Amino acid sequence: MAERTTRVRVPAKARRGEIIQIKCMIMHPMENGFRFDTQGTFVPIHLINTFECRYNGEEVFRTRLGTGMAANPLLTFNTIATESGTIDFRWYDDDGSQHTAQARIEVE
Amino acid sequence: MRRPRLGSTMRTLMLAIACIAAATSVPAAAPTDDLARYPVSGRRSGYTYLSPETRAQQKDEFANPGMLWVEQGERLWSLVPDKSKAQAQSCVGCHGDAAKSMRGVAARYPAFDRGEGHVVSLEHRINACRVKKQGATPFAWESQGLLAMTAYVSRQSLDMPVSVKVTGPAARSFERGRTAYYQRRGQLDMACAHCHEERTGARLRAEVISQGQINGHPVYRQLWQTMGSAQRMFAWCNDAVRADPYAYGSQEYTDLELFVKWRGRGLPVETPAIRR
Ligand code: HEC
Ligand code: HEC
Repeated sequence: MAERTTRVRVPAKARRGEIIQIKCMIMHPMENGFRFDTQGTFVPIHLINTFECRYNGEEVFRTRLGTGMAANPLLTFNTIATESGTIDFRWYDDDGSQHTAQARIEVE
Repeated sequence: MRRPRLGSTMRTLMLAIACIAAATSVPAAAPTDDLARYPVSGRRSGYTYLSPETRAQQKDEFANPGMLWVEQGERLWSLVPDKSKAQAQSCVGCHGDAAKSMRGVAARYPAFDRGEGHVVSLEHRINACRVKKQGATPFAWESQGLLAMTAYVSRQSLDMPVSVKVTGPAARSFERGRTAYYQRRGQLDMACAHCHEERTGARLRAEVISQGQINGHPVYRQLWQTMGSAQRMFAWCNDAVRADPYAYGSQEYTDLELFVKWRGRGLPVETPAIRR
């Protein structure tokens, strides 16, 4: 199976109550199921259908991704820095697999 | 530690509403547009034909999707491909820190290879180490692994001027590449030069024709939604004039790659560039 490189960006440090921006990206073709390859063969739909982000275990962002998205989707969202800990990223793939990444944040 | 009363999801959702629309869009234009560095003595990188948004996306190490391949290449650099082999060593085992050992390498490839007795491209050179030094099977051309490794090695030459050797043992290859560049081909009976020298700035369907430089390869091409090598681009252009493309990695394409790289001498290495 193709490797799915992921990248996440979370500020390493933040003040309590500060609005922080989080960015993440995953290497994925996001096949929309409307395409034929150069040989004329139908390319089946293959998406990341859902993405979620948890901050110390608590869900802070979730979204569904669809056929309208470009390959290698980049997501940007904000949350509030509450406490030091880990931020977990999880992408749900149509093929049943899940891809994860993690980042740490220090809140003072 | 006190938890805020409003559920975190709700709170974030509110903040996120404004950002959803921005989720797939690109960052704002780079604060310092260094466009002036990309034409060198009349030679213009494909970078100069991009919109300010796409230029900013290329420069943003996070937003540039090509960096996914660079990061994958970085992991491959310290991985042993086939542990059953006696020569089981990763690239790092012989070459150490790529930032030092690979700096400048991509800027001077394709290059004459003494061992092979002909000019090889960077992809060939990487595969040669994989086969001869690591006892592994070569990566297929345009495979994720070869693109990742090539992108990672090329990234080490970021901003260095392209400078390929075209004299001495490389001269014959270079002349063959030059001949191919000016040769008409395909049902449209057009040479590379007809578009990339005579029609630059004109439009072919939705595309503005550039000088066809390869200082940014492998590139992330939005049309393909993935990375592609210089030779994949040649095949695309052959197809555009309804000519049969050569095989990836063939000597014909490698000679052509040497000539095309030389056309862009002095241009900074941009890998992974983003192109339309
Ligand atoms: C067992 C040692 C060894 C391993 C492992 C190895 N190489 Fe090499 N590599 C060499 C040697 C020695 C040379 C230069 C001499 C030659 O031509 O053989 C070289 C040359 C190169 C060059 C050309 C450098 C130049 O200045 O032209 C590249 C690029 C390269 N290797 C990439 C890689 C990559 C990528 C890997 C991992 C996939 C790798 N090598 C693994 C020993 C190794
Ligand atoms: C019919 C016109 C046409 C011909 C002939 C043609 N190309 Fe292209 N080429 C294009 C178009 C259109 C593009 C995409 C827009 C651009 O970057 O110029 C392109 C892009 C390229 C690029 C990518 C440039 C970049 O910045 O990423 C390279 C390299 C290239 N061509 C090389 C060649 C070579 C080599 C030949 C001859 C085998 C050739 N082209 C023949 C139209 C042509």
